[in-house]
Order: sequence, then C-alpha cells, then structure tokens
Amino acid sequence: MGRVHYIAHDGTRHAIELADGTTLMEGAVANGIPGIDGDCGGCAACGTCHVHVDPAWLDAVGPATDVEQDMLQFADGAAADSRLSCQIRMRADLDGLIVHLPESQH
Amino acid sequence: MSETLASTAGPPVSFNLNHFPDVPQTLEEARRDAYARPVESIDVANPKLFHHDVIGPYFERLRREDPVHLFDSPMYGRYWSITRYADIMAVDTNHKQFSSEASLGGITLFGNGQDRAPLPMFIAMDPPKHDVQRRTVQPMVSPGNLKTLEPLIRERAAAILDALPIGVEFDWVDKVSMELTAMTLATLFDFPQEHRRKLTRWSDVATAVPGGGVIDRPEQWVEEMGECFTTFQKLWHERAAREPGNDLVSMLAHGPDTRNMPPFEFQGNVILLIVGGNDTTRNTITGSVLALNQNPDQYDRLRAHPELIPGMVSETIRWQTPLAHMRRTAIEDVEFRGKQIRKGDKVIMWYISGNRDAGMIDDPERYLIDRERPRQHISFGYGIHRCVGNRLAELQLQIIWEEILKRFPVIEVTGEPDRVYSTFVRGYRSLTVRIPRHSSCGAGFPAGFPSVTAGLFGSQAKA
Repeated sequence: MGRVHYIAHDGTRHAIELADGTTLMEGAVANGIPGIDGDCGGCAACGTCHVHVDPAWLDAVGPATDVEQDMLQFADGAAADSRLSCQIRMRADLDGLIVHLPESQH
Repeated sequence: MSETLASTAGPPVSFNLNHFPDVPQTLEEARRDAYARPVESIDVANPKLFHHDVIGPYFERLRREDPVHLFDSPMYGRYWSITRYADIMAVDTNHKQFSSEASLGGITLFGNGQDRAPLPMFIAMDPPKHDVQRRTVQPMVSPGNLKTLEPLIRERAAAILDALPIGVEFDWVDKVSMELTAMTLATLFDFPQEHRRKLTRWSDVATAVPGGGVIDRPEQWVEEMGECFTTFQKLWHERAAREPGNDLVSMLAHGPDTRNMPPFEFQGNVILLIVGGNDTTRNTITGSVLALNQNPDQYDRLRAHPELIPGMVSETIRWQTPLAHMRRTAIEDVEFRGKQIRKGDKVIMWYISGNRDAGMIDDPERYLIDRERPRQHISFGYGIHRCVGNRLAELQLQIIWEEILKRFPVIEVTGEPDRVYSTFVRGYRSLTVRIPRHSSCGAGFPAGFPSVTAGLFGSQAKA
C-alpha cells in the first residue's frame, strides 16, 4: 500500500492510496482522477496515460521501457521524465510518489 | 507523363466484384448461413457482406469457434483473420513480427501477389522510418492546434446546419458529413476551400474498387488519382519555395525527415492523410445519425443529457468502426494462439469484429451512449500506428452534435443507407433524412448550453 499524488496541468492535486501491484493508471481511472484516459486498458498500447515523474522520484521509478518509448515518442510534450502510468506499479519504495499530468492525453 | 504513383498503384486491374459469391440479403439469413456452413469455408473478405451489412454473424462464429482463421480467397489469396479484441491488440502492438511495410503488402487485404503495388506512406512503414514521418505531421493534431481549430470547426458546423432545408428529404452525407470534414481537411492542407470537394472525391476513389459505385474501371482510378497527385505535387513545390507554414503539405516539404522524400512517398502520404482525415470522420458522423435513429431510447437520452455527447461519440466510433480492418504481414514464422502463421502470410486484424467481442465489451451488439469506459474500443487501433488524428475526429463529432442539439430535436432517417462496397472503409454513400418542420426552433436547448468539448481541453477551458 502506498500513496500517490497526481498533479494536474492546472495545479489541481489528487492523492490516493494504491495497493501494491496496482498501476498508477488503474488507480487514477478507478478513482475518477481526470487527465488519465488509459484507453487500451493497461497494455502500453495507446499512450493515453502519459505522466511526468517528479524529479525527486525519477531514480526510484526508473526509466521508460522500450515498449513505452514506442508510444511516448508520439505523446504531446513527452520528455526524459515521461512514463506511461499503466507501467508503474505501486510498491513499498514508491509510497509518496508524485507524478505530473500533461495538458491532455494526445 | 508526370511522375506519379497513379500508373503503378491502386486496385488490381484483375479485381472484379463478380468473382465474389452472392450473399444473404438479411441478417437473419446471414445468421443461418454463417452457422450452417463448415467453419473453414467462411470467407469474411467479401465486399458484398459489408455492402449489405450482414457480416456480423460470420465474425461472431469465428470469434467463438475459430478466432484465428485461415482462408484462401480467390481474390486476395491466403489470409488470416484475427477476430478477438485481445488477439487484435496483440498483433497490432507486435510490429517486430507483424510488419506494415508497403513493399511486403502494406495495410490492407490487397497487396503482394497482386498486379499493383501498395502505396508507400507512413502508416505502411515500420520503425524507424514510420516514426520520423509520423512525428513530422503530428503537430497538426497537437492539443494546442486543436484548440485553434475548434472555433473554426464550430463556426462552420453552425453555418452548415443553419443552411439545411426543413421539412423535406435530403442527403445527410452530401450536405453535412462531407461538407464539414472536407472543410476541415482543406484547412489542414491549406487547400483552396472552393475546391474542397475534390478532396472528398479523391478520398473516395483512393479506396474504391471498380464496379463498387465510385469508379467503373481500374483505369479511372489511374486518371483521377493522377489529377490528385499532380495537384499536390504542385502544392509541394509552391510550399517548399516559401517559408515553412502550418499546413500538412508545408510540414512535409520542410520537415528535416521528409523534405527529401521521393515524390511517390509524398503522394502516398497525401492519400493517407486524405483518407484518414476525411472518410473515417465523415462516415462516423453519418453513422451517428443512423445509430441514434435505430436506437430511439438512446436518442432521447442524448437530448435530455447533452453532457453525454463525448460518450455517444466514442460509442458511435466503436459501433461504426469506420475502418473495418488493418493488415499486417508476418516477417517470420509465428505460432499464434495454436496456429502456425508462416513468414509472408497476410494477417488481417478485423477491428469491426474486435469491437463486437463480448469477451471485452459488455453487450457489444447494443448501442449505448453511457458506457462506463466508452473509449475502450479498437477502432483507432493500438500500438505505434494508432490513429494519429483520433482527437480531431472526436472533436468534429462532438462539435457537430453540440450544434445539432442546439437546433434540431429530431433528425429523422427516412431511407435505407447506401453502403460502400468495401472490406476496408465501412461507410455510406448516402443517407436520406428529414428535419421535421415543427422542430426547427423553440424546442432546442436554452442559452448557456454547456460546451461539453471543454472536457477535451482540461479544466482551464471553462465553457
């Protein structure tokens, strides 16, 4: 179990508790947090759950995989801190994680 | 003769609709036929099944009994049908084994072994070339640019609707679906608006088969697409000589990864952007009117709850599935769900079938505008080739419905739709409708009708 903070593009903050093993995308969708679509259901296949990982958490979360990179290269505003939130699973050392949402999921 | 693709690409000269067996004319007959015949004899790649809209039961049986199905077609050769949602996604996201490459056959049932070559275009390429070409045009559909386009599309949608005849029958395809999408596409290309319907015609011809109602002879494809290519080649030279502009031709002519592309590739990409940016949205706009008429309870709900427009739009995109399939070619032997797919085999991902898969979508045969996860459909594809313009398509559909509901409580379908002969484009040539006279004013929504589109752009875009 760990806490995740989602910070929307306009600064709005949402925080939820996520069970270990649950992805950040699933958590956002299940809790109605706006700004994450997750159209493909968590397969890294649509690029609509793009997040920017807060600088303080980059090392703990780790870089995007090749499969994520395939999709992130077409995501608006994607940068070195970009991940697909369907590929980040909650675990003990991610308690308190902060991610920033892009302006929109294109 | 100018250097164009038209003389080497297009539908095979050997293509003949008469080579396909006749099909049942009603859904009931089709269901009986689909379940009476041996499953291995099912050939879903028959344009007549799509023209008569009786394809559904055949896919239903394949999904249940033979979800990865091999057939040797007289017209298309040996092809695999992938019919379940999850399997389609597995192929779509596996571009390392399943290629889109034009020289291997490209992205439709045609190609390899046929007498015409598929067009080179970025949807028919693999990484890394696909990636750089797609990224070149992607800024056109960025969130920022869609915000710029939104008021323009709204103004045009309003003008189109305000000019519609009241109390008489007219063709919705011609007067609304084609007009709005042609205007948008002309803007994206910075193409003269007065010639916008040429774009519509070219998009129809590009995917037409001889005898299907759009063109009569294969040579007609060569002539008409030749005019398209010559026109765009001229635009390319004009734009290349000017400062970079914010239109698709200029983006390709100036983009570091595309400015040296051979004319054939530019022409292929033009076709891709014309068809992708026109047919699909056009046919879904028409489909929305048809679907709501066939499901009057849903139409009532929409009228009472305009905030359901975004969900209705996604549901219509699922229900319509404007592109019925995409094709890949196996670049090595692949064992897939117990079947042996051989190197070089055509693998058809039937999006139209995936969108009816009860294993993924509850009550898939029903049209429901308030589904819990309406965007979870497979019409845009998945993986690196996922529709680049999907947000622009949704935007146009949302705007036209916001403007429709402000004006007309009812758009009444009064005739049977005329569907295209295609296993690829799932569309309509015409749909006769009437807007009842009494509903033209007074009964619409009050001033202050919320702009549901605001949701698309995040919370700062308050209506």
